[in-house]
Amino acid sequence: MELRGRMRRIGVFEVCNTLVMLAVCFLTLYPIWFVFINSLNAPEKAILGTVNWFPEAFSWASYSVVFNDKGLMNGFYVTTMRTLIGTTAHVLFTAIVAYGMSKTNLIGRKVYMKIALITMLFSGGLIPTFILMTKLGLYDNFLVFIIPAMYTFFNMVIFMSFFRTIPDSLEESAKVDGASDYGVLFRIVMPNSMAVIATISLFSAVYHWNDYYQGVIYIYSQENLPLQTMLYKIIAENSMSFMQQQAMAQFGARLPGNSIKFASMMVATLPILLVYPFIQRYLVKGVMIGAIKG
Amino acid sequence: MFQQRTGLVKSLLRQWQLQSMVIPGIIWMFIFCYIPMLWLIIGFMDYSIAKPMLQSPFVGLKHFEEFIGDDRFWRSIRNTLGMSAIKLVFGFPIPIFFALLLNEIRSIRFKRTVQTISYLPHFIAWTIFGGIMLNWLGEGGVMNQLMMGLGIQEREILYNSDPKYFWWITYFSDVLKETGWSAIIYIAAIAGIDPALYEAAELDGANRWQRMWHITVQSIRPTIAILFILAVAGMLGSNFEQIFMLKNNMNMRMAESLDLYIYNMGLVSGRHSFSTAVLFARSIVALGLLFLANYMSKKLTGDSIF
Repeated sequence: MELRGRMRRIGVFEVCNTLVMLAVCFLTLYPIWFVFINSLNAPEKAILGTVNWFPEAFSWASYSVVFNDKGLMNGFYVTTMRTLIGTTAHVLFTAIVAYGMSKTNLIGRKVYMKIALITMLFSGGLIPTFILMTKLGLYDNFLVFIIPAMYTFFNMVIFMSFFRTIPDSLEESAKVDGASDYGVLFRIVMPNSMAVIATISLFSAVYHWNDYYQGVIYIYSQENLPLQTMLYKIIAENSMSFMQQQAMAQFGARLPGNSIKFASMMVATLPILLVYPFIQRYLVKGVMIGAIKG
Repeated sequence: MFQQRTGLVKSLLRQWQLQSMVIPGIIWMFIFCYIPMLWLIIGFMDYSIAKPMLQSPFVGLKHFEEFIGDDRFWRSIRNTLGMSAIKLVFGFPIPIFFALLLNEIRSIRFKRTVQTISYLPHFIAWTIFGGIMLNWLGEGGVMNQLMMGLGIQEREILYNSDPKYFWWITYFSDVLKETGWSAIIYIAAIAGIDPALYEAAELDGANRWQRMWHITVQSIRPTIAILFILAVAGMLGSNFEQIFMLKNNMNMRMAESLDLYIYNMGLVSGRHSFSTAVLFARSIVALGLLFLANYMSKKLTGDSIF
């Protein structure tokens, strides 16, 4: 009864706190809304500046420029391929290493763990890594997105500790039936680890989708540029020229850069926004696993 | 070990499948982690990327002396520490406040919704988020409209072209983007607190603030300590993706962090050996900072990482 009474009382604090939370939601959602409405603002209005709440005149023109831009669409393709291949490679490679490491009877396990642990404490850093990539022929090569991102110590440990929680009896019975270690991993362990696989895949995919820095450092030619790196160039370095030309060819008039800029930002964010409501549970779960291990 | 040498070979052969799973990982680590570590040695050489490494002459501490005498290097240290200090002092407590306040929301559905919305920006790329910031801070942008509407400033200010605002821009954009995400760990720690503690405190007549301080904050103290250690240990690092997006030629004086200095020197000016020397010195200091922060935390709170 005492508790009930407390629940029903709504004081000044509750009101203020709710307002603070609503303000947080507003501050969080507004930047995305801002991009959205400005991407839909008609070009002849967008030339006057950005709008804050709603488009002054609604138009898809900027999107049609973006979708007809060969450069941007190629960037979209590179990013998509990078995300698909990079995520698959990361999950498979890291999970296989982790499965081997999760076995206590693995000969040399202690040494392997030490080797892995040292990579957490020290690293070569930007310049030696850059030189290495150049020597490996990965400079301006699509594989620079995939191979160096195939493994992280952190995710290996997450996989490893998850694999340990799978009952040995499951694996033993498969072994009795004559399955190899790979057979056990792919037919017993992996199907029983879908939760952790989903979590790590999502983090890896978000990384690959959002990263622009690798592209800035390692990619030189236009055809290998990921979408985010192109956006970086468009937004931060203001290299609008190729899009302007595209727009001129299409509309015969100069389209203001801003609304095209916002439309391309929206195109780059939309995949994340669309899947976000469905994946956010897994993302939070991932942080929690990481926090417990770390 | 109790096994003979031949026994070891036999057991290795018996578990060749397990070994074949791990060894590619070890090889990967050697190539992508250990070789770059070894190549830190070019900080002591006059290395040229066109020649094999061992043909480059050793020059001892030449590059180290050079960067220690470089004003731009010290400027980058100042910028890094300045931005980190602002983030640490004014930024570190914000997710804790947010988690504490969110915990006081009684409607579970509202709480969930706010939380879910709050960490959305973490998943928006810095290109996008930085692009929004640049627009807001520019001519006729949201920031100028707001400040002039409130009567705080009379004329338009190009915030991102004036170096004196840069540290605060990185701070505010970081808070806007990461608060919800950083709070997750505190929210989970709060969720793990035994409700009986609150009931007992309430029976003893503790008010809301007393419960918040004596139970919630005290219970999540180890979490706070660990994250604080990590934040202090990371002070020489900066959010490169953020700074790289927001920097420009006009604000470079305050924007060039140590990471950006290494990038500019190494990859833009092509001085590989010089910036590797800076990298080398930085890793040593960063490692020292980690141990120092850990020691301090152990002394002050009894909680530490190792």
